[in-house]
Amino acid sequence: MPVMTIREAIRQALREEMQRDRRVFIMGEDVGAYGGTYAVTRGLYEEFGEERVRDTPIAESAIVGVALGAALGGLRPVAEIMTINFILLALDQIVNHAAKMSYMFGGQFKVPLVIRVPAGWGQLAATHSQTFEVYFAYVPGLKVVYPGTPYDAKGMLKAALRDEDPVIYIEHTALYPVRGEVPDGDYVVPIGKSEIKRVGRDCTIVTYGRMLQASLQAAEQLAREGIEVEVVDLRTLRPLDMEPVYESVAKTHRALVVTEEWRSFGVGAEVAARIQEHAFDELDAPVMRLGSREVPLPYNKHHERAVLPWPEDVVKAVKLLLR
Amino acid sequence: MATTVTMPKMGFDMVEGKLLRWLKKVGEPVKAGEPLAEIETEKVNIEFEAPASGVLKAVLIEEGTTVPVGTPIAIIAAPDEPVEAPAAAPAVREGPPLPTPAPGAPPPPAPAPAPVGAPTPPPGGRVKASPLARRLAREAGIDLREIPGTGPGGRVVKRDVDRYLQARAPAAAPPPPPAAAPIPTPAPAPVPTPAPTAVPVSPLRQAIARRMTVSKQTAPHFYVTVEVDMDEAMAWRARINEALGERGKVTVNDMVVKAAALALREFPALRSSYQEGGIVRHEAIHIGIAVALEEGLITVVLRDADRKPLAQIARESKELVERARSGKVRPEDIEGSVFTVSNLGMFDVEHFIAIINPPEAAIMAVGSVREVPVVKNGQLAIGQRMKVTVSADHRVTDGAEVARFLQAFRRYLENPLLLLVE
Repeated sequence: MPVMTIREAIRQALREEMQRDRRVFIMGEDVGAYGGTYAVTRGLYEEFGEERVRDTPIAESAIVGVALGAALGGLRPVAEIMTINFILLALDQIVNHAAKMSYMFGGQFKVPLVIRVPAGWGQLAATHSQTFEVYFAYVPGLKVVYPGTPYDAKGMLKAALRDEDPVIYIEHTALYPVRGEVPDGDYVVPIGKSEIKRVGRDCTIVTYGRMLQASLQAAEQLAREGIEVEVVDLRTLRPLDMEPVYESVAKTHRALVVTEEWRSFGVGAEVAARIQEHAFDELDAPVMRLGSREVPLPYNKHHERAVLPWPEDVVKAVKLLLR
Repeated sequence: MATTVTMPKMGFDMVEGKLLRWLKKVGEPVKAGEPLAEIETEKVNIEFEAPASGVLKAVLIEEGTTVPVGTPIAIIAAPDEPVEAPAAAPAVREGPPLPTPAPGAPPPPAPAPAPVGAPTPPPGGRVKASPLARRLAREAGIDLREIPGTGPGGRVVKRDVDRYLQARAPAAAPPPPPAAAPIPTPAPAPVPTPAPTAVPVSPLRQAIARRMTVSKQTAPHFYVTVEVDMDEAMAWRARINEALGERGKVTVNDMVVKAAALALREFPALRSSYQEGGIVRHEAIHIGIAVALEEGLITVVLRDADRKPLAQIARESKELVERARSGKVRPEDIEGSVFTVSNLGMFDVEHFIAIINPPEAAIMAVGSVREVPVVKNGQLAIGQRMKVTVSADHRVTDGAEVARFLQAFRRYLENPLLLLVE
């Protein structure tokens, strides 16, 4: 099976879907002639032309609004917002319009809109290094996916493009170079299905995105010390598929939720609450959450590193959980 | 002024106590010094005295609950004094109700670390346990309070329930008898090997295990054995007992205790403790006497043994042993010994070697008084002899000193008049 990066896997999904379905088109800032700020769409402008790979002004609300209109009109737009930090400017279009359209018109309209949005950090300072997935996971009417492997990145983007509802597709910039096996040709990874990415018996880590990779590295290290961690990848934050989590907790009896977000009111809080609601009698310890320190991300790289969670933090948290 | 009664520390290594029985009811008047409750420590059951007079306003832990030393267990106050709800009581802490160790008793060394698995349910009897542990205990029909918790803050977790069930499990059932074989010459039926049985460890056994392990691992032991001519001692003992008549009976052990106490006057090293930061010398010669109980061994303490007449030693040690056997020892009965005598003489033992009872520096193991062939004035004769072995801590003393101590000890027993006049 070919090995490629997540960046290449996303590009491949876009290319295959554009070849498969003439309604699919891309729009966003610098996605065309420049090839994308993170080079995800490189080559597509040349291949599909400016009609289907459209550069837009720096106007996020307009990008989403136009894409929403195109979706209502029968197209399958992929709106790229350059980074998740700028999506705040488009929140009204996303939350008040895209998410509610189908509900408010009794299902007469569908909104098959995909918003691709890179998230992450890397000495970009406080306003350009934010973790916002929970803003969207909070909203009924949206679907939110956050792949952590090249295989899932391709399969879930294809699923998103075939979905009838608006999908927020989040890409972590630190994951773009992560390599993994990706089959040639068409396959779909369904939205709303969590997956056990590593089998273990001593505790369950629930995670997604960059922290999936960090957790898998931590699990490797813990295995050398004789601790077998089971890693559940949520992959989709809305709708949230908790069944594999409950099954895993029924086996390990201890759970750690690992996210890159601030812990307060976050995805980790939601997952922890659901575990205690549905698997209370299986718990041998309180559900533990690992996240970032609750400050805006600093620019200084040492401070930045100190705020974010890393594999060694996961290792420490697991050991604390297993006391 | 309300007094909050806390779990007393009875013995330097006591970290927790189990409240066996309240001897007063809530609302009943109590006087300071009156027995308030019966408490089980790792070593013994003790009646615990009320530290203040008044009315027992509240008991904060139920019978059968084990709590760490210092945990509030009851409130005593004036009859008309309003008392805060028991829930608020843990914040209150007044005069320590602990019995003060006798002067000269060894200063308590750093408290032993709480044993892993110390059950520490908070006042009120609620046990901290994970939901899973609760479910497993419920399914197995076990009272969670019986299970020591090893999770954070003493929480009972799954592994504790598993361990408890494992320890409680009866020996595996023997394999079913082999079915009748149709073969004319069956092989002889194999004798089933009985499976080993897990035995629950009593608190006393745990304490012995811990203390003896610490002693043998930290105190470098060496041993010196002497044989004591007991002809005179036995003759004097018979005369003394005849004279005492109804008023008591002196045992060989009483004479050994007195002789050891007198000898210890001259050898301070053998009544010392090696501790971090130096050697502590104890001036009061309190002799520990090892008493075998069904559940294990405890040491009762005969205070100032060098200054007491033999008859008093005999009387007091008899009382101490009786209290130990009936589980009624008082804190002062088991606290503060500086040297221990362990006597297996009644079991017809020639000699044996004991492990030092920390934080003491030495222990004396006493064998039986036996009739043996001896050479007296070039003639073979029958003599009464007793072998005594001292185990000593080499950090505190050396072989020559212990040998000199044993010479002094022997001088007292071989000239028993000295036991009477000193």
